[in-house]
Amino acid sequence: MAFDANGAVLAEPQGDAVVKVRDVVKFFGQLKVLDGVSLDVKAGDMVAIIGRSGSGKSTLLRCMNGLEDIQEGKIVICGHEVGYGQSNRADLRRDVGMVFQSYNLFPHLTVQRNITLALTLVKKKSKAEAQRLAEQVLDQVGLADKMLSYPEQLSGGQQQRVAIARSLALSPQVMLFDEVTSALDPELTVEVLRVMEDLAKGGMTMILVTHEMAFAQRVANQVVFMHKGKVWEAGPTRELFSSPKTSEFAQFIGTGL
Amino acid sequence: MAYKFNFSFLADRWPAFLEGAWLTVQLTVTSIALGFLVGTICAVLRVYGNGLTRRIVGAYVEIIRNTPLLVQMFIVYFGIASLGVKLSAEVSAVIALVINAGAYTTEIMRAGIESISKTQLEAADCLGLSRFDTIVHVVLLPAMERVYPALSSQFVLLMLASSVTSQISAEELTAVANVIQSDTYRSFEVYLIVAALYISLSFVYRFLFTLTGMILFVRRRKLGTAL
Ligand SMILES: Nc1ncnc2c1ncn2[C@@H]1O[C@H](COP(=O)(O)OP(=O)(O)O)[C@@H](O)[C@H]1O
Ligand SMILES: [Mg+2]
Repeated sequence: MAFDANGAVLAEPQGDAVVKVRDVVKFFGQLKVLDGVSLDVKAGDMVAIIGRSGSGKSTLLRCMNGLEDIQEGKIVICGHEVGYGQSNRADLRRDVGMVFQSYNLFPHLTVQRNITLALTLVKKKSKAEAQRLAEQVLDQVGLADKMLSYPEQLSGGQQQRVAIARSLALSPQVMLFDEVTSALDPELTVEVLRVMEDLAKGGMTMILVTHEMAFAQRVANQVVFMHKGKVWEAGPTRELFSSPKTSEFAQFIGTGL
Repeated sequence: MAYKFNFSFLADRWPAFLEGAWLTVQLTVTSIALGFLVGTICAVLRVYGNGLTRRIVGAYVEIIRNTPLLVQMFIVYFGIASLGVKLSAEVSAVIALVINAGAYTTEIMRAGIESISKTQLEAADCLGLSRFDTIVHVVLLPAMERVYPALSSQFVLLMLASSVTSQISAEELTAVANVIQSDTYRSFEVYLIVAALYISLSFVYRFLFTLTGMILFVRRRKLGTAL
């Protein structure tokens, strides 16, 4: 992973990066939310983006997935350039999955239909094939018995696992997670984190915004600390946590440099 | 001054009443179905369309909601006739009722569509659903479920309001009653019967809307909770 702190490029970008973010600037009105962000993510990486609330983490993730436009810089994800308008949308959607803090399941559809909807409408799978895939991914997140339940009949943790399964069913190359456990009680958080850990072990390329420091430290191989719209500090997890370079990061992880 | 009721005309006139009621059903079921379609499309254009479609739909809704149905109907009936196109009173009536129902449906469905959160659209987008599929599969059904009571009431009102189509002599229930009362001079009795028939139709319509709701909103039927 390449990163820059306060604009200094500290490592050469990797050639085989599946996600390349270069000098991205993003405004909301007058507010500069991303201020020259660069980072690379290699296939199989699990990158944890951490930082204080309002530092631009969600915005960065949303920009990567084309949900927000950018004003400067460049984002290439799985070979698709995003950030300026709607180009390449279908291709991008085929390769990138995203899971949100608020699950965003479709409340009027069963768990099964939540998962098969895109499989049949977008991927043009037969009903039987879509159903088989739904069973498979639900089994993977430990909810095989909830096929015919409605979202409201599930706990938050279960709903979030369904949301992960729904995204997973489309076999994305990269998955983006935006604080997917922030709305959950601690005991429900655990079951969602376990699913994500399994995914990481299975080699899925994952970028997650999280407040779960212990989880990030244990599972992520790369960590990005964002501060004031910049990548303040970034690198391999162990290095970063054992020797913080900036006082902001040290303060954030509570070592008080 | 005791009024003496006399319903004897019913003996040979009851089939006419039923035929009138049947035409009311045909006119209004057609108008409700088409009006719902028009209104739903307009509501989608109103919420998700560009500036132009929003303004056109907005103008349509305002014009219809601020003029009497009777006047709308005359404009359709005489307007089409003056363009040299000959349409039956029934077809003109349906056109006017569709235009009217469409406007009210637009307003009601718009409220439903606006109640669907942006995050639902984002989730659908992230799954790769097209705009069209998103509207059809993610937005419309829950939107409709939320406004269904208002929608049903509006359609029952439309059925009752269809009595004004008697003014262009569509041979529906009220028109039939007008003819019978002028033949028999039993106006009070005739309109009591008409009122009873309209009440019966209202109940039948409400029942059918409830049934339709149960078929459409499977989740609600199974769980019994509001969306
Ligand atoms: N849609 C938006 N419109 C205007 N400002 C926004 C919007 N989304 C986020 N912001 C602002 O951008 C900044 C970064 O937000 P965000 O990326 O959500 O931070 P984080 O996820 O790190 O908490 C915040 O100051 C927030 O108020
Ligand atoms: Mg956030």
